[in-house]
Amino acid sequence: MHALSDVSFDVAAGEALGIIGRNGAGKSTLLKILSRITRPSGGVVRLRGRVGSLLEVGTGFHPELTGRENIYLNGAILGMSRRDIRRRFDEIVAFAETERFLDTPVKRYSSGMYVRLAFAVAAHLETEILIVDEVLAVGDADFQRKCLGEMEGLRQQGRTLLFVSHNLVAIESVCHRAIYLEQGRVAFDGRADDAVSTYISRSEREGQRASRGRFDRTQTPEDGAIRITGVELRRNGKSLTDSLRLGDSLQVTVLGDRLVGKRLALGLRLRDESRQRLAGVSTAMRPPKGRSRSSDLVAFHLRRLTLTPGRYWLDVGLIDSRSGDYLDLFEGAATFDVEATDFYGSGFRVTHAEGPILLEFEWS
Amino acid sequence: MSARLRSPGPTTDARPLAAADTLEITSAGTSRGLLSEIWRGRDLLLILAGRDVRLRYRQTALGVVWVVLLPVIGAAIFAFVFGRVAHLRSEGVAYFLFAYTGLVLWNFVSQTITRVTASLVGNAQLVSKVFFPRLILPLSTVLSTLLDLSVGLLVLVVLIPAYGVPLRFSLLLAPLWVLCALTLALGIGLVAAAAVVSYRDVQHVLPVGLQLLLYISPVAYAAAAVPAGVRRFYVANPLVGVLEGFRSAVLGTTPPTGRAIAYSLAAALIAAGGGVVSFVHMEQKFADVI
Repeated sequence: MHALSDVSFDVAAGEALGIIGRNGAGKSTLLKILSRITRPSGGVVRLRGRVGSLLEVGTGFHPELTGRENIYLNGAILGMSRRDIRRRFDEIVAFAETERFLDTPVKRYSSGMYVRLAFAVAAHLETEILIVDEVLAVGDADFQRKCLGEMEGLRQQGRTLLFVSHNLVAIESVCHRAIYLEQGRVAFDGRADDAVSTYISRSEREGQRASRGRFDRTQTPEDGAIRITGVELRRNGKSLTDSLRLGDSLQVTVLGDRLVGKRLALGLRLRDESRQRLAGVSTAMRPPKGRSRSSDLVAFHLRRLTLTPGRYWLDVGLIDSRSGDYLDLFEGAATFDVEATDFYGSGFRVTHAEGPILLEFEWS
Repeated sequence: MSARLRSPGPTTDARPLAAADTLEITSAGTSRGLLSEIWRGRDLLLILAGRDVRLRYRQTALGVVWVVLLPVIGAAIFAFVFGRVAHLRSEGVAYFLFAYTGLVLWNFVSQTITRVTASLVGNAQLVSKVFFPRLILPLSTVLSTLLDLSVGLLVLVVLIPAYGVPLRFSLLLAPLWVLCALTLALGIGLVAAAAVVSYRDVQHVLPVGLQLLLYISPVAYAAAAVPAGVRRFYVANPLVGVLEGFRSAVLGTTPPTGRAIAYSLAAALIAAGGGVVSFVHMEQKFADVI
C-alpha cells in the first residue's frame, strides 16, 4: 500500500500551489517527501532553489531557552545561517511583537506570543521555495490574517509557495492553483477555486452516503491513530431521521477514544454551505457537567436551534490545550439540513437569504 | 520546475541561484553528498551544541562546578575503595590523581556514547518535522562532551603539579589519545543511536553495558593489576590501550605495548566507519519509525 502513487506536477518559480484533500489523502506524505524528511520509494523530485519547509510552527523551540536563543535555534533548524538570522533579527522580533520578552524563557510566554514568535522566524526564511503545512490552525484570528498577509507578500516577492491547509478560504486567497488529492492520487489539478469546489462536492456526496443521523469515519489519517471515530445527531431526544426544524433541540454525540482528559479540548465547529465558520464551541470554554462515565463519548446539547434553513456542516477536533495542536481533526464530520418553519408564529417564512443566524426578538 | 535566476523583492536574498541549489530526490537518495550536507548544516551544529550546554547548566545553582565536582568525587571514591581498602598499586602516583586521570577520559567516553545514543530519539520531534543531515545531531552532542572534557583536563593540569608529578612533554600526546577515545565512542554511539530508533531496548541495556565496561577497563586500577590468567581476554577491550596510553602520556606510568596501541587504533577506526555506515543506512527510515 502506497500513501501516494502517480502524483506528478510541475510548479513554476513564483507560483503558489495549494494542496487540499481529506485526512489520509497523502498531503503530509507529499510534503515530507518534498522537504526530504522521508525518502520516496519511487519517482523523482527535482527542486531548483533552496527549500524551506514549515510543517509545524515552532519545531525545535525549547521551553527553557529565551526568546532570543529560540530565534537562533529555530532559524538554524529551518536552514538559516547565523549570519542570515542576525541580519533579520530585528525584523523577526518586530513581526512577532515580543520585544519586551526577548530574554524571558519561552515557557513563560502566552500561547499566542509563542506562536507569533515561531511563525515570525519561519516567515523570514529566505529560501526560493517555501513549503507550508497546516500552520494557520493555531493563533488568533488577527494573527492568522497577518500570517496570510505575509504569505501573500512572499508570493509577490516571487517565491514559490506550496501550501497545505484545511482552511479552504485561505487556500483560495493565497494560491492561484491547487491540487486536490484523493487516496494518494491527484484527483484535480487546476484553478484553486475549482479545486476547492471539487473537494467540497465530493465530501458532500460522501456525507450523504451515511445514514441520516449517524456518521462514521471511513478514512485514516496518515500519522497517529484516529481518536474521533464518529458523530451521532439526535433531534428532540430521538435519532435524527430527516431535517431539523427551527427551534428543535439538537444533541451531537462525538464517539471516539480518549476524548476527555487533562490537557485535552474537544471542539465542534459549525460551518454553512459556503464553508464560512459560524460558531465554535469546545470543552475548554465550558467543561462537561458532572463526572463523565467514559472518555470515549462526549455529548453536546443545544437547547434551541436558531439557524436559518439550509445545509450545515460540523467539524470535530481534538486539541492539545497546551500547545494548541490538533491531535485529530474530523472535517465535515456530520451534515444536517434545517427546514423552514413558521418560527415566529407570524406566517413569515425565514430563509437563508437573511443570513445564517436567526435572532429571537420582539418589537415594541 | 522552470528556472528563475533571481528572486525579486526588497527583502529577499538577492543571491543568484547556484548549481549547488538544484537538487534531485529519488528513492536512492539525493544528488548531494553527505559531507556537503554537513557543511551546509555547520551553523545548526554549533547552535544545537550551544543549546545542549546552556540547558544543562540553566537552573542549576552550581553550574559548571558540577563538571569538576563529579569526577573529583568519583576519583575520591575509587581512591578509597581500590587504594585504601583493596590496596591496589598505582605505579607510584597518588591514587587519587591516578584514578582521576582515568575517570576524566572514561567520563568523556561514557558520556559521548550515552548522549550520541540518545541524540536521535531525544530530538524525535525535529527528526520527523524538519530535514537536516541527521549526523548533525550526534555530532553536536560531541561538542558538548568535549567541552566537559576540557574542563576536566584543566583541573588535571592543576592537580598534576599539586601532587608533585612533573609536567612532561608526553602530555602533548594526550590529545591523540582523546581523539582515539572520541572515535571509538562516537562509532559505538552511532551504531546504538541507529538501533535505538527501532529498538528502545538499547536504552535499557546501555547503562548496564557501560557499568560493565567501566569495571573491565583500567579506569580505577592499573591494567597491571589484572591477573595474568585473564589478561588474554582482558586486552580484547580496546579501551585498555586507550586509557593506559592516556595515563602514561599524562602521568608517566607504564605505556601500553605497540600491539595494544595498534589494536586500539584499529578498533576505533572500524567502530567509527561501521558507525557512520550503519547510521547513514538507517537514516532514511528514521522519520517514519521514530
